[in-house]
Amino acid sequence: MEFAELIKTPRVDGVILHRPFMPTVEGTLCLTGHHIILSSRQDNTEELWLLHANIDSIEKRFVGSLGTIIVKCKDLRVIQLDIPGMEECLNIASSVEALSTLDSVSLMYPFFYRPLFEVIEDGWQLFVPEEAFKDLESMTDEWRLSEVNKDFSVCPSYPSLLTVPKDIDDESLIKAASFRHGGRFPVLSYYHKKNGMVMMRAAQPLTGTNGRRCKEDEKLINATLCAGKRGYIIDTRTIAVAQQAKARGGGFEQEANYPQWRRIHKAIERSNILQESLIKLVEACNDQSHNMDRWLSKLEASNWQSHVKEILTTACLAAQCIDREGASVLVHGSEGTDSTLQVTSLAQIILDPACRTIRGFEALIEREWLQAGHPFQQRCAQSAYSNGKPRSEAPVFLLFLDCVWQILRQFPCSFQFSESFLIMLFEHTYASQFGTFLGNSVAERAKLQLSHKTVSLWSWVNRPQELERYLNPLYEANNLVIWPSVAPQSLLLWEGVFLRWNRSTKCLDEAYQEMVHIIEYNKELQNKVNSLRRQLAQLETEDSPLQTP
Amino acid sequence: MIDRRTPRKATVGTLYLSSTHTIFVENSEARKETWVLHSLVSNVERLPTNPSGSPVIIRCKNLIVYRLLIPQEKDSLDVVASLTRLSRPERYGELFCFSFNPNLDKELREKAWGFMDLKAEFNRMGIPSNLWHVTAANHEYRLCDTYPSELFVPKSASPAVIVGSAKFRSRGRLPVLSYFHRDTSASICRSSQPLSGFSARSSDDEQMLQAIMKSNPVSEFMYVVDTRPKLNAMANRAAGKGYENEDHYTNIKLQFIGIENIHVMRNSQQKLIDVGDMAAPSMADFLWGLENSGWLKHIKAVLDAGVFIAKAVAEDGVSVLVHCSDGWDRTAQACSVASVLLDPYYRTIKGLMVLIEKDWVSFGHKFSHRYAHLDGDPKEVSPVMDQFLECVWQLMQQFPCAFEFNERFLIQLHMLIYSCQYGNFIGNCQKERRDLKLQERTHSLWPHLWENRAEYTNPLYRTDHSQTQGVLRPLTTAYCFKFWKGMYGRAERSLSSQQSPADCLNAVREESQQLEEELTAHQEVPRETDAGQETCPAEGEENFRGEEEDQQVV
Repeated sequence: MEFAELIKTPRVDGVILHRPFMPTVEGTLCLTGHHIILSSRQDNTEELWLLHANIDSIEKRFVGSLGTIIVKCKDLRVIQLDIPGMEECLNIASSVEALSTLDSVSLMYPFFYRPLFEVIEDGWQLFVPEEAFKDLESMTDEWRLSEVNKDFSVCPSYPSLLTVPKDIDDESLIKAASFRHGGRFPVLSYYHKKNGMVMMRAAQPLTGTNGRRCKEDEKLINATLCAGKRGYIIDTRTIAVAQQAKARGGGFEQEANYPQWRRIHKAIERSNILQESLIKLVEACNDQSHNMDRWLSKLEASNWQSHVKEILTTACLAAQCIDREGASVLVHGSEGTDSTLQVTSLAQIILDPACRTIRGFEALIEREWLQAGHPFQQRCAQSAYSNGKPRSEAPVFLLFLDCVWQILRQFPCSFQFSESFLIMLFEHTYASQFGTFLGNSVAERAKLQLSHKTVSLWSWVNRPQELERYLNPLYEANNLVIWPSVAPQSLLLWEGVFLRWNRSTKCLDEAYQEMVHIIEYNKELQNKVNSLRRQLAQLETEDSPLQTP
Repeated sequence: MIDRRTPRKATVGTLYLSSTHTIFVENSEARKETWVLHSLVSNVERLPTNPSGSPVIIRCKNLIVYRLLIPQEKDSLDVVASLTRLSRPERYGELFCFSFNPNLDKELREKAWGFMDLKAEFNRMGIPSNLWHVTAANHEYRLCDTYPSELFVPKSASPAVIVGSAKFRSRGRLPVLSYFHRDTSASICRSSQPLSGFSARSSDDEQMLQAIMKSNPVSEFMYVVDTRPKLNAMANRAAGKGYENEDHYTNIKLQFIGIENIHVMRNSQQKLIDVGDMAAPSMADFLWGLENSGWLKHIKAVLDAGVFIAKAVAEDGVSVLVHCSDGWDRTAQACSVASVLLDPYYRTIKGLMVLIEKDWVSFGHKFSHRYAHLDGDPKEVSPVMDQFLECVWQLMQQFPCAFEFNERFLIQLHMLIYSCQYGNFIGNCQKERRDLKLQERTHSLWPHLWENRAEYTNPLYRTDHSQTQGVLRPLTTAYCFKFWKGMYGRAERSLSSQQSPADCLNAVREESQQLEEELTAHQEVPRETDAGQETCPAEGEENFRGEEEDQQVV
């Protein structure tokens, strides 16, 4: 297919761009296969380069022959384009609509994007399971890397290599997989070096209404317990929801069959409810006419903050079981691809200082989200402005980022990255020139040959000049477990995302610059003092022979 | 006895009651002491005795709550009875400030009271000028006993007009200058409501407003900002009070802002405190409680009033007369918020102190009534100053580099307003403070705060920063207002491991300073050693090593 077919009017002059809190720009609008571009052709004025994939919905309005298109983006920005000429406006609108809703993945921009930078370190090869396993091997010999899912036949949403208890053979894994939703049998998610406890994740067991059981599944998870020790199963659903799941063949672990495990139910909502919550929240944030009562009641009604609290609470619980109770944990919800991953990844941020570095956080996203089979493409197909009926869109990953931001805000010195890193990730999950978040699983990504045909986000981000933008100037490596407060008054609305386009950030940016300045000045002084000290020490050693007669 | 300041951490210790403090000494090895001023205690509550003892809850006016568990019921009854009496002094003489003695001799004490000089502050604004001067009309508080004795009024207002205008204003609180904006020559004046009723008028008062308007040569009209909701203002007319009739006053524009009265504010804050006190609330409980308290709505109203006034003065160059009913609560809030927005000076540590002294202390904000210094009418109590401090805090969230002081400064001020440790906030007006001879009998807070300013400094503040200078133009959309956790959510402070970026930065800055010193030291020392080497090289080396070791400790 040629994109040109979809572009009815490639170019319009005299278009006026309106953006909140920014001066209007007049210029020439161009449509390409993947971008809306507006250029004023003046050197100093910022141009607009908007990926079609970033467009969530568009609206058109007409006053006389002046058309207006309101473009609502997946990164929550809303811009307005005044286009002279009704026909031009209609053409642009329909082209953008078509280009922003292309179904085929292989037509997405990452397949066309050619990097203007040299790839020093290929992000696709950066976080392979073998490497992670080497780290594990250095700490314990109780685990092995299984190739049972080599061709993705045991579990289509799992990667080809999985870490499982050493004593469990592939035969048992296959049987356990048949007992878990989507074949997602329990696998290792995190090994807590401090006390050797582990966190595993899976999908719900397929007990159904008649209480099926699976010896291999029981044996598999029992293999992770030390003799005489009990573990915790954290079911991210309420008991009622878990009960209902039985009718559809799902269910939860019966005490009788898992006597060494204590099951705890939490209440993380399912994806369609989260999507609804996002839509309501963004609606509330975008209406500046709200008085205080209305704003607060809309914020409450959106339930977004409640979701943040529930997810963080569950993650804290998992971390607490491991670190404080010294018990191993199995986490699952229904499919094991959404709430489960929120909990396992956040628990690791709480427990493991390595996850609070940039590399470590990237590795965490690779391990616990990309390779663990979070269906990014489905979940991020649409964002808060979508008019259509939601299919499987849900801000699962955004909620995870929001929770990370809450912890980051409470522990501003414990993370190597800053808020801007999280916001960048949010943007790239919804629209990107990189292939990292395309596809829904390792299997799909392999089929799309993403690692050959597209550039990895990490290849770009990890370049020193790029990385610098995301560094937290306050960071000081901290080897402790960090326990965030989950009290409502400690959890704030993530303004950097939700109010980003609704206020000027000039003063906050200045404050950030000032902070960087203070710290850089300190480092500069330290260097000077250290070099003086060295010189001095040198002088002293040179002098001393002279002084000893 | 168990002190449970936070639900998470309980400690065992001994409780002592002195005439001024409740003291709790922990049994731990550190023997940590907690001192609570009786005058800071808002109420003491005893819960039913349970097998482990009698729980007693001490709630402080600065919103900190102490929970005690006293083993013997009899002791708990005694403690509650004593504290209840001690925390409700009936006479000024019982207040802590009259016994507080920081070991200053008489001379230093006098000097301390001289730290604050409002005349100098008006000079800073360029007053007196050819248009404004000081009037002696209120000498010995003849005209208005709740105003300061020195008032700044337009030069063109004759003594007769001044007296006549005072007669036409509630409690004689005539329109006088609060702030003069040099850049535009527009001024903020303040007063109480006029005694207009349904039809009364006073040509003197009309001339007074005319004189104020004319003191700003370029503008053709002035605003009268009535900070009350219009309905309240109208209701006041039935009592012979009310607001200015635009037909009688030439060239005024009346603007109602809608800040609620002290009773609404008192109830609202109580609801907010209850929200902060909730044990393990859900997010919905919390947000609902926040909305239901109405607190942020009121904060927004106060800030909106300030924004309106600041915009009129700075952008339109129009003078504003601000009043409410008596002109000592909402008027003080609106004037001082506007001043903070208009003048960078008020965003410094010294400047905020000056502003409080000027707009609140000198103009007769009823500190003793509002903050219940003495046992009295509970209906007079209201968190007026709390709201002003919170407005400043909300502004700090939007302009992190614009304020020289930090959140701790505001919280400390809040505590000191309630605590009666210093004489500054005792009494309800200047005359009362003079009659109490506070300057001879108590100490002034300001120099004490000033000496400790390092503790209250915002590391991000820089005098040459763009947001430090000029007028602040905050956004007052509802979503810009936040729950002030540092003030109302202190029960959640328990997690000591949480980090504060400001504290980190302050530490870094301190370190930088030491490094700077070390650098200069290093640069100087080699010269000294060179000089020393001629006579006694070994000694010079010795000195040097010693110094270096010291610095490595840093």
